[in-house]
Amino acid sequence: MSSQDISARATPRPQRRLPTEVNILLVLIGIALVFEILGWIFQGQSFLLSWNRLKIMILQVSVIGIIAVGVTQVIISGGIDLSSGSVVGAVAMVAMSFAQVSTYARAVYPALTDLPMIVPLLIGLGCGAIVGLINGWLIAYTKIPPFIATLGTMVTVRGFAKWYTKGQPVSFPTEGFAWIGSGMMPVVIFILVAAIFHVAMKYTRYGKFTYAIGANAQAARVSGIDVERHLVKVYVIAAMLAALAGMVVAARGQTAQAGMGLAYELDAIAMAVIGGVSLNGGRGSILGTAIGMVIFGVIISGFTFLRLDAYYQEMIKGAIVVAAVVADVHRQRKRRKA
Amino acid sequence: MVSPTTTAAIDRVKASIESEGVLSIRGIRKEFPGVLALDDVRLRIMPGTVHALMGENGAGKSTLMKIIAGVYQPDAGEIRLRGQVVALKSPLDALDQGISMIHQELALMNWMTVAENIWIRREPKNRFGLIDHAEMTRMTADLFARLNIALDPRAQVSELTVAQKQMVEIAKAVSHNSDVLIMDEPTSALTEREVDHLFAIIRDLRERGIGIVYITHKMNELFEIADEFTVFRDGKYVGTHNAKDVTRDDIIRMMVGREITNMFPKVDCPIGDTILEVRNLTLPGVFHDVSFSLRRGEILGLAGLVGSKRSNVAEALFGVTPAESGQILIDGAPVTIATPAQAMAQGMAFLTEDRKETGCFLTLDCLENIQSALITRSHVKHGFVRQAEVTRLAEDMARTLRVKTPNLQETVENLSGGNQQKLLIARWLLTKPRILILDEPTRGIDVGAKSEIHRLITELAAQGVAVLMISSELPEVLGMSDRIMVMHEGHVSGFLDRADATQVKIMSLAAK
Repeated sequence: MSSQDISARATPRPQRRLPTEVNILLVLIGIALVFEILGWIFQGQSFLLSWNRLKIMILQVSVIGIIAVGVTQVIISGGIDLSSGSVVGAVAMVAMSFAQVSTYARAVYPALTDLPMIVPLLIGLGCGAIVGLINGWLIAYTKIPPFIATLGTMVTVRGFAKWYTKGQPVSFPTEGFAWIGSGMMPVVIFILVAAIFHVAMKYTRYGKFTYAIGANAQAARVSGIDVERHLVKVYVIAAMLAALAGMVVAARGQTAQAGMGLAYELDAIAMAVIGGVSLNGGRGSILGTAIGMVIFGVIISGFTFLRLDAYYQEMIKGAIVVAAVVADVHRQRKRRKA
Repeated sequence: MVSPTTTAAIDRVKASIESEGVLSIRGIRKEFPGVLALDDVRLRIMPGTVHALMGENGAGKSTLMKIIAGVYQPDAGEIRLRGQVVALKSPLDALDQGISMIHQELALMNWMTVAENIWIRREPKNRFGLIDHAEMTRMTADLFARLNIALDPRAQVSELTVAQKQMVEIAKAVSHNSDVLIMDEPTSALTEREVDHLFAIIRDLRERGIGIVYITHKMNELFEIADEFTVFRDGKYVGTHNAKDVTRDDIIRMMVGREITNMFPKVDCPIGDTILEVRNLTLPGVFHDVSFSLRRGEILGLAGLVGSKRSNVAEALFGVTPAESGQILIDGAPVTIATPAQAMAQGMAFLTEDRKETGCFLTLDCLENIQSALITRSHVKHGFVRQAEVTRLAEDMARTLRVKTPNLQETVENLSGGNQQKLLIARWLLTKPRILILDEPTRGIDVGAKSEIHRLITELAAQGVAVLMISSELPEVLGMSDRIMVMHEGHVSGFLDRADATQVKIMSLAAK
């Protein structure tokens, strides 16, 4: 049984609009080609035909990509999460403090060293869940805007990260813990997370409710959805994914610092928005965000490749995010007129 | 010394005001997508009179007022102010030309003082160009003394009662030296004593020669305060009369005088036993002591004017905004309904009044819109939606209801209003309800879709579904219902049987 039954009975079939993801993919290809051409003009070499460059590029964005997956479902639910960068820092610190080797004399908890990798991992995810619970509770039950709620936790959680060791970095993880950040592991974890949430958003009740709430929270409530409870889940998951990203960063660098993950939340939101996730909620997909992530990576690595100064890079990054939002607003307006 | 030409000009204006009133409008037409809200409408307001506008919901009163206040621009027609043709480009423009409107939802700035609200963008300045608060307070006190208003100009607006806020709005309008003052249901939130004070102020304004346009649903107010009144019906002008010359029944007849067409294929079907009983349902300040019962296969129409709180009762029944006291019994057993999920567990379904605000997920596709209620209760295994099964059900239902869409993957915002409404009905029918609450099931949809939905409602009743149907369209209520319940300002004002219900009887209960 397919929907063709209905289409056969209907009035002339209107032209099908391409899925947003296809458009974004075309943008990606276009940007990559521009860098390829600029590469030949200014650097005398190919941008794309360098396996090493592509590998570094994807490694660079994968960690933030993990956060972007969580942020995507938050934005689809009609909210925003600014606390993820701070969660990265705090969880990196906490998890690392439970992942140190006994041979290191100045461990945070000298009695708790050489623990199996699963212990810091679970503690880290637990810490993330707590921040998510606070975010979700504030947003769903006190009805303060998500922007403000997560701005508050962003500052508080960052403060916690600094307080945790009075600003001292935490280093020397066990081999087991370091493994989750080694080699191409960040990319593998990103792909796993993205695949799981792609399925969750498309085929489970969890995903359907998230879209419904973002599209029209009042209608979702009348449909019998417990909007408040669902929103708490959404924010818990987002914070847990940020926590996972935090542990990957710490494991990769084999050290944790309170300042880790600074402004990651903005990059993650940018990836989602570039990937076609509408800041008004109810529209977007994990696949789109994944493509958005690659676009983000291509732009950053393209600028580096062209030896563009890092200061310019940041300024341009900001402009790109604004441009993506303008494109979204424009899209919405066009749809409404149609 | 005034020059002879000036005198002549003044005389001309005087003469034209005598014949055309301070405000006269002709041939006004206003179309919204799909609706002709006003069609060749006229109105003439004489200075020093209170002119009431009457009409059912959707008669076009509010649209006309918004045109006069500069909120909407008419598609055609002429507005003359003091004899001169004017274009009112914005509310500010209308205000500058002498037309003030006091909105139903008061438009004051809560966190500023009374005086600041009144003199905003006209604040007196001291010699440094800064706002002179002492002078502003004095000016406000003068104004209040003239109008007999006892309020502290320095009070913060957020701390005032609704009645006091209204006084501030009126004072603000007077301070603009407006010739025309529009009041849209000003007494809807006032106590009796406050109403008396308001009327005293209105009479005083009338003495000063201001033309007052007064929108109301309340007959007794009309006779108490209005000099003239104009009736609208379905966006058309019906007539203007002196309040002294008519009776209540005359007005009701003018408001409803419409042929009932044979659009409503109500088929008599057997009515079963009581399924839903509501006893003294009360949400303080909104509705009080609402009691009724509903039987299987019965269509109970719920009529009432804007402000009768019909929709609030429906929302309370479905747990969207639960009532604070009273009882709901289903199959004779008392039930607690605090959330829509609990209402759905009792076999209830609720088609809300506002498709866009509380019904559709506009950014999602038809399938998601149809299945949203079903999957909150069933067809989910380990968190995964049994999509093949649900899709089949949704397609069958969409076909039964003749939803016109290329396929169920089409985004709902691209569908017509009638099709969106059918999708929402499909959403609820999939949950196999025993009690169906329909709030304005055919609002804003075309005639064809309308009669299809009517046919469907009748069929559902024939299958034993109990239907509570809220509608502002009297012909619909009369054509579809087995019984009609009428509400007036949060109270049930009466029940009518199908056999002896008429538009006039409903309106007399609704407009008490």
